[in-house]
Amino acid sequence: MKTPARRRGLAWLDSDPWLDVRRSPLLALSALVLGVILVAAFGAPWLAPQAPFDLSALSLADSHLPPAWAADGKPAFLLGTDDLGRDLLSALMHGTRTSLLVGLSSVALSLLIGVTVGLVAAQAGGWVDALLMRVCDVMLSFPPILLALFFDGLGRLLLPQAPELLAFAVLVLALTLTDWVRYARTVRAMARVELGKGHVQAARLLGLRPGRLMRRHVLPQAMGPVLVLATLQVAQAITTEATLSFLGIGVPPTSPSLGSLIRHGYDFLNAGEWWITFFPAAALVLLSLCINLLGDGWREALNPRLR
Amino acid sequence: MISFLLRRLAQALGVMLVVGFVAFSLFRYVGDPVNNLLGQDATPVERARLRSDLGLDRPAAWQFARFVGRAVQGDFGFSLRQGRPVATLMAERLPATVELSLVAALLALGLGIPLGVRSAMHQGRPGVRWGLLLSLAGVSLPTFLVGIALIEVFAVRLHWLPSFGRGATVSLGPWTTGLLTADGWRHLVLPALTLAVYPLALIMRLVRADMLEVLRSEHLRFARARGLPEHVLHYRHALRNTLVPVIPVVGLQLGGLIAFSIITETVFAWPGMGNLFIQAVQFADVPVMAAYLCLIAAVFVSLNLVVDLLEWRLDPRLRRAKVSA
Repeated sequence: MKTPARRRGLAWLDSDPWLDVRRSPLLALSALVLGVILVAAFGAPWLAPQAPFDLSALSLADSHLPPAWAADGKPAFLLGTDDLGRDLLSALMHGTRTSLLVGLSSVALSLLIGVTVGLVAAQAGGWVDALLMRVCDVMLSFPPILLALFFDGLGRLLLPQAPELLAFAVLVLALTLTDWVRYARTVRAMARVELGKGHVQAARLLGLRPGRLMRRHVLPQAMGPVLVLATLQVAQAITTEATLSFLGIGVPPTSPSLGSLIRHGYDFLNAGEWWITFFPAAALVLLSLCINLLGDGWREALNPRLR
Repeated sequence: MISFLLRRLAQALGVMLVVGFVAFSLFRYVGDPVNNLLGQDATPVERARLRSDLGLDRPAAWQFARFVGRAVQGDFGFSLRQGRPVATLMAERLPATVELSLVAALLALGLGIPLGVRSAMHQGRPGVRWGLLLSLAGVSLPTFLVGIALIEVFAVRLHWLPSFGRGATVSLGPWTTGLLTADGWRHLVLPALTLAVYPLALIMRLVRADMLEVLRSEHLRFARARGLPEHVLHYRHALRNTLVPVIPVVGLQLGGLIAFSIITETVFAWPGMGNLFIQAVQFADVPVMAAYLCLIAAVFVSLNLVVDLLEWRLDPRLRRAKVSA
């Protein structure tokens, strides 16, 4: 049986994660929640009730309001306000958008670097392979958060007082440098298996150039597990970014992410104003939980032994 | 054995040299050390003299060699922000971090291993299921959120425990300890718990998974057939085999405690080295960053070395593979 996807060499599409979403209520719920979060985050400029970072729109009279359902809450501010009178729901939507943008772009970039390095290592073999894999070994022996902290600190040292866009680039690059080794390892392992197979060796003997060989015969087979890994790494990148921002060395203060919102709210925790830090924290947990559940579900769908 | 050991040692030294080189480059090329020391309005003659006094006009290789020589003796120069020797600053902060990590490590091991064994023994009980769910939360929640949640519950709502600082400490020579006062212990509870959650949950899950595998093996079935009591079976026979694959992971996790203590120390305003490091990153205090980097790398590299050797000793299969290869 040859489906169109398989004919194009995209066998991993056949695993059809959506099929399993329909089968498992938990996965369906995660997909739904994730969908709502994505729409709210990326639609924030149009959907949010307030422009939270436009200081002229804020009123100090509305500061420190609890959520709308509490005794002194106002219905206009569903999740309450912070010390500047900023609507927490709006700040949350914009913050989630920032977190997602940083997480997604760092994963995309590490995917690109990791897959390239993995293929090069598998194709070249010899000392190139040995050197690249030693680098991976060493990097994997440190916890990712430590590497991210270090690369981020290094970037901030080299580019002090960077403008906003550059500050984001430093952060994304720090996360990327931490992350790419995982893809490189996976891709190299899968590519070596594929390269040993008869049809690939035949294609090579027919004179197919290595680049084309990789694209047509090796990469499509390796792509499934790599994309599952990438899905899970999005959650990882978002949490790591949140940690860096919580430590005060993440995104620039002008466009806070979930981590910076949590840090900001943390100052009011002792005053009993729990909502300023609770809602961003809940959003972070929910986001990472949904992504992890879906990623795990997809992995199981791909693994024939678990079916 | 000797060749394996030598290879690992050479590799560890290589990593340390690379890290040292990165730290050296930070020192040498990020910001101008002469400007840092003299300020903007020094004369060119003064600058040239300081340059040659500091050896900055010598070849880079010579400077690197001198940097390594000093670093080995613990001399990382002066903090740009506080103007005091980095070694002194680190030494002041070291006890706080070591005590925090040590208590967290004991918590993680002391609770993680028995909980893992018990959850493997009593599979399917409701308590065990809840425990597993909790441990899943423990491995997936970011450390700083765990800390904030603990503060909200035990410090803000219940007023049981303090949420920041080390409390009363006692000086024992150069070492200040919070472990000898009741106040110090009260301050230690929440940070140590926060730091322990991740390794605790991980150790518990690892022990459980391996234990379930061992419990199915032939030698345990034989031991059970001999009529040995259950606790002997579990703790003497099964746990011993379980620990072989677990020990290396646990070793690395305990090293990771020092890294994660950066986050915990920030949440609880704990006056340790991690806090010092974050401040150094925020204020571009290069010497402190470089020194911390080298220290952490040294801890990790030696831990990796120990774990490799331990694994090699514990698993006879690995030894045979190495010999035949």
